[in-house]
Amino acid sequence: MLKVDVIEKGTVVDHIKAGKGAKVLKLMGIGEDYPYRVALMMHVPSKKTKEKDIVKIAERMITEKEANIIALISPGATINIIEEGKVKKKYTVDLPEKLEGNGICPNPNCITRSEKDVEQRFAKEDSNYRCHYCERVFKAEELV
Amino acid sequence: MDLISIRDLNKETVGEILDLANDVADGKKKPDLKGKIIATLFFEPSTRTKLSFQSAAMRTGMSDLDFLADLSSLKKGESFADTIKTVEGYADILVVRHKKEGSARLAADMSEKPVVNGGDGGNQHPTQTLIDLFSIRRMKGKIGELNVTLMGDLKHARTMRSLLYGLSMFGANVTLISPKGLEMDPEYIKEVEEKFKVKVKTKNEPEFRDADVLYVCRIQAERFADPYEAQSVMKKFRLMKSDLEGTKKELIILHPLPKINEIDAEIDKMPQAKYFEQAHYGVPLRIAVIDYVLRK
Repeated sequence: MLKVDVIEKGTVVDHIKAGKGAKVLKLMGIGEDYPYRVALMMHVPSKKTKEKDIVKIAERMITEKEANIIALISPGATINIIEEGKVKKKYTVDLPEKLEGNGICPNPNCITRSEKDVEQRFAKEDSNYRCHYCERVFKAEELV
Repeated sequence: MDLISIRDLNKETVGEILDLANDVADGKKKPDLKGKIIATLFFEPSTRTKLSFQSAAMRTGMSDLDFLADLSSLKKGESFADTIKTVEGYADILVVRHKKEGSARLAADMSEKPVVNGGDGGNQHPTQTLIDLFSIRRMKGKIGELNVTLMGDLKHARTMRSLLYGLSMFGANVTLISPKGLEMDPEYIKEVEEKFKVKVKTKNEPEFRDADVLYVCRIQAERFADPYEAQSVMKKFRLMKSDLEGTKKELIILHPLPKINEIDAEIDKMPQAKYFEQAHYGVPLRIAVIDYVLRK
């Protein structure tokens, strides 16, 4: 049984879609120069989804914007905010109805890709997102 | 109001614009917009859209600010957004054409003045769609229940996607004919079918005997990797006089223009050829659009 120490303060993202844990770290800007403890567990057995990834990041509180982005690549992931060794706040991220200031339109001919300072905007349609500007529809994870 | 995408319009609004265009075309209404200024901001080339907007503006008494991209501060590196924010202070309505998709929406979001999309890359060209609907309704008396065939490169032509949307809004029976590999995105067809509860037929062969309206668009040779295939496909889909044998007597043929060689010149003289009349309807339709968006 794989065992990873608890963290005193930081963020645990659980129930990440298997294989996407490394991407969660990347999205949070956690790289090789991050000076605190980080754990990435991949393909961990899960009752709900057969397998999942988990990340634990010491001394780093996830922002709302980061949580919204994680929702795009892994809806259903659980965010745990840890303080003094205890879960202070816990919530599940899901695909938001609207995305404003988050995500990047993958259409290279979209005006948002060439014009500076344009806030990205998407509206959810079923489980996809339509760009407010170019009107094209993309899978949620394509926006990351 | 802004006019950016056919997706923003409902059947009632489209109907009001078409009714107004009809009255303008018949000389029953003549909007008086003297004292108003239109800015035609075309960041890429255009013949019909730009000239018909300018003609429409002149016929209502408006003045036109003609933006020439090559002679503007774009050459000094000014952004699209800054250009829009500047020009909105000089005019009452802005018509924008730009190669980037979503450019007109961005202009509308930034401008207090009404913005009309004159074509944004491969995305939308709503006034062309309105001209197409207007032409069909004026020539055939209705849109709903007509058999309308759209033929050509349906994958890349922006006008065809918007037109399918507009035709389906009015309940036309649409058939899409395109060479293999140049079919319209099936996801888009599905979206239209679900939204308007219609069934869209698709084919890869140029067969349109049951059509009331045949709408042709270009197939560009550069879309094919193999020049021989390009040549044979373009020949197969080139509309010849002989292709009209056995078609409905009252068939009308439309085309957004410019046409290059997808319709044989002999057809231009036939009564079915309505594409120049369709292009001329750009003026009354755009008079209606300018008047409508300035009032709403």
